[in-house]
Amino acid sequence: MTAALSTRGLNKRFGSLIVASDIAISLPRGVRYALIGPNGAGKTTLINLMTGMLKPDGGQIFLGDEDITRLEPQHRVQRGLVRTFQINTLFPDLSALESVTLAICERDGIAPTWWRGLSSYGAATDEAFEILKSLNLVNDCYRPTRELAYGQQRLLEIALGLAAKPSVLLLDEPAAGVPKDESQGLFTAIAGLSRDITILFIEHDMDVVFRFASRIIVMVGGRILLEGTPQEIAEDPRVREVYLGSRHG
Amino acid sequence: MIATTGTALTPHAYLQARSRWGVIEIAFWLATLLPFFLFPNYLSLASQIAITALFALSLDLILGYAGIVSLGHAAFFGLGAYAAGIFSKFVWGEPLSGLVVAAVVAGVVGYATSFIIARFRHLTLIMITLGLGFLVHELANSAHFITGGADGLQGVRIWPIFNYFRFDLYGYTAYSYSLVVLFLTFLVARRLINSPFGLALRGIRENPNRMPAIGASSRAHIRKIYTISATIAGIAGGLLAQTTETVSLGSIDFQRSADVVVMLVLGGVGKLYGGLLGAIIFMVARDQFSGLNPQFWYFPIGVLLVAVVMFLPGGILGGLSRLLAGIRGRRP
Ligand SMILES: Nc1ncnc2c1ncn2[C@@H]1O[C@H](COP(=O)(O)OP(=O)(O)OP(=O)(O)O)[C@@H](O)[C@H]1O
Ligand SMILES: [Mg+2]
Repeated sequence: MTAALSTRGLNKRFGSLIVASDIAISLPRGVRYALIGPNGAGKTTLINLMTGMLKPDGGQIFLGDEDITRLEPQHRVQRGLVRTFQINTLFPDLSALESVTLAICERDGIAPTWWRGLSSYGAATDEAFEILKSLNLVNDCYRPTRELAYGQQRLLEIALGLAAKPSVLLLDEPAAGVPKDESQGLFTAIAGLSRDITILFIEHDMDVVFRFASRIIVMVGGRILLEGTPQEIAEDPRVREVYLGSRHG
Repeated sequence: MIATTGTALTPHAYLQARSRWGVIEIAFWLATLLPFFLFPNYLSLASQIAITALFALSLDLILGYAGIVSLGHAAFFGLGAYAAGIFSKFVWGEPLSGLVVAAVVAGVVGYATSFIIARFRHLTLIMITLGLGFLVHELANSAHFITGGADGLQGVRIWPIFNYFRFDLYGYTAYSYSLVVLFLTFLVARRLINSPFGLALRGIRENPNRMPAIGASSRAHIRKIYTISATIAGIAGGLLAQTTETVSLGSIDFQRSADVVVMLVLGGVGKLYGGLLGAIIFMVARDQFSGLNPQFWYFPIGVLLVAVVMFLPGGILGGLSRLLAGIRGRRP
């Protein structure tokens, strides 16, 4: 079976800084991957490259069998490759319900319709409401996003990602800035997502990583250091030295 | 406005509440009929206000809903005005077909330029709209043989509407005509902003960076709303040409582009009624103050503009609705 998402020889540099060097990864369908590495390792950059928000200097990206290297970001999303953002990238003045409804309208191709009222598309709103319910956001779903608590905004990031019906979901530090006790709940919600969705999440908290990931990729200085099961990663001396060393040293 | 606590509100009820006609809205449109009874001597002014309001509405669609700041929107107003004027001079004076021609000419040019508009943002975009505005103005100025240049387009003769309602000296027909066109276009705009497309536009305004990540093609949306906005501006220009039976360079110059931004900001951006309210305030103020002193009437407008942007971020309409919400909130 082909991988849900894979890259071949991906390269990217900012001036003299190499942020992606010969990245080759392959995510089998349905797997929960964690992408870890010290600050500035190039994790967010890798997501930007895979989703088309940055153009690689070289290499290829495949979604299933399809070469998507040259597709615009929105066309990758339409094909099921969806991401969330490390720093909230939401619609401050729209309510949560409106935001998720918008994502559904875009997915279903009804967003260009300007001669019919949104209220004629009850199914889209209902679906948005269900997504928000599954993430425990319905109580505040009519309030403008900017009035939501920070933790709720992090959940809305995920809700927007889910609304696009992803086959591959890339979560960039979904719990960034969320207190540790809340982040467990957030990851429980992520763990409960359908097994049809292949998930790659970036996370710094090793407890969370070991609990929720079935496989782990370690990135350092724009390179993949190694990939393996949580146990293999935990036992690898290089990881201890490079990753844990740089965080706690 | 809308109850925001508890889960009693279903998503459907919420959406319907957002697009339902309010009492104040209905009262506003009924009030537009008052000039016929209260100010029969000012119907020409009322007609100009309705036309300007329509122009401001067209700007609100791009500025208020998609976040595209234009300093050259008079280009489309003027194109519509010249198209309607020239059409009446060389083809025939039937007004409704003339208005369609104005709409189509402005819309086609709007569509053509939308490809540039959709590619840029921020200061670059503002400068492009400004430049396009200058360009169209200069074209109208130099095409003297057809536009009359600085002398204005003369010889515009408009037939009675439906071959029956003659354009009279008092502006009775002019105001009726302008008001009907304003209202019908407003209905279209109102439907548009409550549609899925309207939601997408607000998405672009709120965060253009998120849009591709939810699978949206912002550029296609922007091209579409820019074309629609240009078309409406063209209709407004066409109305002015037909109701005044002349077209001057003033219909297409920078002053008009700047004035309409001022009106919209005064009234309140992104509220549909903001442009209408701003147009009323601006035009009435100009009428009153320029009577006192024709040179300095921008002085009070300048003071008002500075005061509004400093103290009323949502414009006068935003201030009013906050006041109203406060009064309602205090009631048990
Ligand atoms: N647009 C850019 N231009 C120049 N340098 C950049 C740009 N984006 C990121 N960088 C640099 O590239 C490196 C990798 O950044 P990236 O955001 O991918 O790291 P990260 O692994 O996500 O780190 P963190 O854990 O802090 O989020 C950093 O040194 C960063 O400063
Ligand atoms: Mg990062």
